[in-house]
Amino acid sequence: MYIKVRRELCTGCEACLQSCPYDAIVMKEEKAEITELCQLCRACLSVCPEGAISEVREASDAKETAQGRGVWVFAEQRDGKVAGVSFELLGAGRGLAEKLGTELVAVLFGGTDHDAKELIGWGADKVFHCDDPLLSTFNDEPYAALLSKLIEEQRPEIVLTGATPIGRSFFPRVAAKLRAGLTADCTSLEIDEETKNLLQIRPAFGGNIMATIFCPHARPQMATVRPRVMKRGAYDASKNGEIIKISAKGIASRTKVVETVKEVSELAINLQDANIIVAGGRGMGGEKGFQLLYELADALGASVAASRAAVDEGWVPYRHQVGQTGKTVSPKLYIACGISGAVQHLVGMQSSDVIIAINKNPEAPIFSVATYGIVGDAQEILPMLTRKIKEAKGL
Amino acid sequence: MRIVVCIKQVPDSAEVRINPETNTLIRDGVPTIINPYDVHALEAGIQMREKTGGKVTVITMGPPQAETALREAIAMGADEAVLLSDRAFAGSDTWATAYTLSLAIGQIGADIILCGKQAIDGDTAQVGPEIAEFMDIPHISYIRKVLDVLPDKIVVQRLMDDGFDVIESSLPVLLTVVKELNVPRLPSLKGKMAAKKAEIKKLTAADLKADEKDLGLKGSPTQVKNIFAPEAKKDRKMLEGSPEEKIDTLVKELVGLKCI
Repeated sequence: MYIKVRRELCTGCEACLQSCPYDAIVMKEEKAEITELCQLCRACLSVCPEGAISEVREASDAKETAQGRGVWVFAEQRDGKVAGVSFELLGAGRGLAEKLGTELVAVLFGGTDHDAKELIGWGADKVFHCDDPLLSTFNDEPYAALLSKLIEEQRPEIVLTGATPIGRSFFPRVAAKLRAGLTADCTSLEIDEETKNLLQIRPAFGGNIMATIFCPHARPQMATVRPRVMKRGAYDASKNGEIIKISAKGIASRTKVVETVKEVSELAINLQDANIIVAGGRGMGGEKGFQLLYELADALGASVAASRAAVDEGWVPYRHQVGQTGKTVSPKLYIACGISGAVQHLVGMQSSDVIIAINKNPEAPIFSVATYGIVGDAQEILPMLTRKIKEAKGL
Repeated sequence: MRIVVCIKQVPDSAEVRINPETNTLIRDGVPTIINPYDVHALEAGIQMREKTGGKVTVITMGPPQAETALREAIAMGADEAVLLSDRAFAGSDTWATAYTLSLAIGQIGADIILCGKQAIDGDTAQVGPEIAEFMDIPHISYIRKVLDVLPDKIVVQRLMDDGFDVIESSLPVLLTVVKELNVPRLPSLKGKMAAKKAEIKKLTAADLKADEKDLGLKGSPTQVKNIFAPEAKKDRKMLEGSPEEKIDTLVKELVGLKCI
């Protein structure tokens, strides 16, 4: 398929230029022309007042769709601890598997029999488990090679994993090898009623737009899914399932993990698992201002996060950064102090249950996502808030 | 050492906004930049060359205008630049993009390939690792420190959520980098002069001897079905009164919601 401008109909009004998210339309001799930047998103089709833009289908568009059965979740573990996103994906995968009338399968590299059983409790019908020590520590090449091999043998329809540093690093290798479609960092997954294709919804352009991606022909359909956006199912310790041991024989690696170093400041521990997060931005004025945040966090039992502005100023280490280039969080309560709310920050926290925004500027975009807004200087408000919260908690 | 740095010209996403009436992107006056992570990759490549000798080649796939990004890279210190541009590349997803780049890099020859962690327009972080798979070489993602570069081996730190891993790899290898790795230099006057004069090598689908079915839209397993504006947030309450009254109301609400 491609997009075509009928030159004889084009009046040169340039309406389509603005509509294109990819800057793929240029004016040539006062007529619009689609360039190779075109991603076939069709945004321009409805914009043209003359109906001069249309999509052209080709014979190759009607290729047969490869077969496949089963919804798979790759469950990552680090230091023998299975990542929470794996359980969330089993919750989401259960829904997809039911719509497709197929089984839900987990894949576990490293970890123990107990971990494999736990995956069944969270919803898997079957677990492929490789406990070869080669795979106990994450390493791209052997992980990609073994998962590719398993997918080629078993031919699943859908393969999901968490959009974590691990999933986002080795899934692309698997997709490249298998010629599979892979969509990064999805925030929603649906099944197209008609075609049964997996619809993968994800933010793009720093969260300024959402895009629905699909794989018309290639199988499996692969996606990495953002942690903490899918809901876990109910845990059932008595659920039965099959655990199939697989071997890593013949799997080699040209990279070696020499050492693994933990380096997490106490307050940033499990930012993504925190129930309450207190976050500061440029409006906190400096490290001194952040001290006020730590005091509030202490009173609430919260973790401390920061906007990129505060991290760039050097007031807080990068690990605390929430937003497009930092972490995505969705706690029960997110208190944004002196954060203006650039869209890059909003995409990292706007799915929090309750958001409190404290900012001097009543026009600050952070208020557009806030549940409660307070216009005022965070540096003046925080000490009072900390005191009142302590009182309310009887501290 | 033959070092190849992959860069992408992107719209400055901080400037992109949605027109709430038409649900389309407002791009008037939005500047294009070299993807910020790629600038760190380029800096890393230049530093490696300064240490070990050799040559830094920057490569990009894009429309003819992407030449600007390549010239900026030369101004920073790259030795030569390659532009992959052809209508046949239109509609490439990450699979087809990585495949196309891997063919070109194969022709250029590389001991170390550097990419930014991800591009700020698509945010997929997939093209780097996919190039490595197509070239059948190892890759290491999220490099935050290069500890050692030897003729046949590299040792780096990989940033993880809970710390970092020290990783050793044989060469050739592909590395994707995070911003903590370095502080990119500004273009020098000499660099700017070189950028003006530089000959940009241009490659088309024919030069890559690629099968058309593996390129562009035809070669792309994924397609964009539609794009739309993110949902606006629900009901919000602006708290009124003196600072003390606002805080009292807030604390009461939070207790009510069982947040505290």
